[in-house]
Amino acid sequence: MNPDIITIRHLDLYYGRFHALKNINVSFARQRITALIGPSGCGKSTLLRVLNRMNDLIDGVSITGQVLIDGENIYHRETNLMQLRKKVGMVFQRPNPFPLSIYDNIVYGPTLHGRPNRNQLEEILVRSLKAVHLWDELKDRLGQSALSLTEEQQQRLCIARLLAVEPEILLMDEPCSALDPLATLQLEDLMQELAKAYTIIIVTHNMQQAARVSSDTGFMLLGDLVEFGPTSAIFTRPRDERTEDYISGKYG
Amino acid sequence: MLTREKLIEKALLLLALSAIGSLALITIFIFLEGLPIILKTGLSHFIFGAHWAPTKGHFGILAMILSSLYVTLGALIFGVPLALGCAIVLAEFAPPSLTRILKPTIELLAGIPSVVYGFLGVILLVPLIRTYLGGPGLSLLAASLILGIMILPTVISISIDAMHAVPTLYREGSIALGATQWQTVRKLVLPAARSGIITAIILGMGRAIGETMAVIMVAGNALSIPTSILDSVRTLTANIALELGYASGAHREALFATGIVLFIIIMILNTAATLIAGRR
Ligand SMILES: Nc1ncnc2c1ncn2[C@@H]1O[C@H](COP(=O)(O)OP(=O)(O)O)[C@@H](O)[C@H]1O
Ligand SMILES: [Mg+2]
Repeated sequence: MNPDIITIRHLDLYYGRFHALKNINVSFARQRITALIGPSGCGKSTLLRVLNRMNDLIDGVSITGQVLIDGENIYHRETNLMQLRKKVGMVFQRPNPFPLSIYDNIVYGPTLHGRPNRNQLEEILVRSLKAVHLWDELKDRLGQSALSLTEEQQQRLCIARLLAVEPEILLMDEPCSALDPLATLQLEDLMQELAKAYTIIIVTHNMQQAARVSSDTGFMLLGDLVEFGPTSAIFTRPRDERTEDYISGKYG
Repeated sequence: MLTREKLIEKALLLLALSAIGSLALITIFIFLEGLPIILKTGLSHFIFGAHWAPTKGHFGILAMILSSLYVTLGALIFGVPLALGCAIVLAEFAPPSLTRILKPTIELLAGIPSVVYGFLGVILLVPLIRTYLGGPGLSLLAASLILGIMILPTVISISIDAMHAVPTLYREGSIALGATQWQTVRKLVLPAARSGIITAIILGMGRAIGETMAVIMVAGNALSIPTSILDSVRTLTANIALELGYASGAHREALFATGIVLFIIIMILNTAATLIAGRR
């Protein structure tokens, strides 16, 4: 199997006339954590949203180039967006559990894509909540509103909700930005565990976080992917001056 | 300077109080005029009596209560599915630029005087019903259809607001799980907007039950409990408007008492709407 699950070739993205991603060429490794870092507004979220075609929801976006996932160009005319987004799931910056019960949040995805019976749903529920270490805490209150949970629990629930549809790739857009430092570390542990089975692409503006969790790191600036490589190399021996400036804190 | 501020404050307070005061006075007036006859006739006789012959001392308003309820129910049956369908399309599927034009246009329809709706009903709807369905044409059905149309702007507009109030974050979460837009609406947006939509329906109901002119024009105003949707009916509001001009003595009091019943029905509806809207 190709060790790279995602390959991006000559990707350009425009919001109207604004050139938000400029000739991106990169590959992301299977079952690894890849971090995208860079100052705010450089296009990290945009690049992430290219991978599950969430940018399609925005008016006036035009995209050229190729994005291959398992060798298939997801920007092909006949791509099934529902299948794509089932395979490439997303965790958002602000936890966004649906205003439904905990149980309904988890079964939401599986019932979109099929008609699982009660037993199957039960099995999915237990497996997903266990995977994010929420089962013991929540197993007696599955009927409660998901909005009654703490921010950290909410973010874990969002990850569980995603795992319930059996994705292969998890896109995480600053998933810890609403969390306190302790919760952040715990979520990072979870990411490390999940990376054994899933490919994770995480956007973060927290360089320590990128250094702690990721195998590979890409540094972006003003729509360019300036440098991409093994995390240790990016942080200790950056090749590009701009990367070095950013890592040493010159951009703030 | 301070005294001037104070003065303006006092003046505004006075204005606010006088507005509330006049509402309170109207309420008190209606109750003072209407309560004695209810007490004299007996509440259950008044509400459950089927015989209304005010000049002969019979004050039973059951037929009118039922007519009002049937007409309102009919209006909801015709109006609500249409309004919700329209609201879903405008809020979730139509291009935002189209919704920005159409929503105010629909709201404008609420400003058309009800006599115009009644007129259209008499000219267009009543003859159709008479020709194709039989009966006098002036009927429960005609009133329900006209009211169903009249409540559309209220229900559509408030339902759209309710759906727009559902955060984009939820929609994105659903789409990102692989949901289609329709699945997102059905499984997420509608449940999340439920209390707003129920409020919209209750306000539409209030509008339907309180409507007078259009109903008088198309309902036929016969004084009996309807047995078919093609029967002519007289609602509570219609009865007050039709008879107040020549009523006197106990008859006049009985019309005020009818007003009390309407007042209480509408208060219950509005309270329900407020409670549901306040709940999250
Ligand atoms: N929907 C949009 N319409 C127009 N411009 C956008 C939109 N979303 C993002 N942008 C612009 O694209 C650039 C990259 O944004 P984003 O990907 O959100 O950056 P980051 O996640 O790195 O902070 C920014 O300059 C931003 O203003
Ligand atoms: Mg961002």
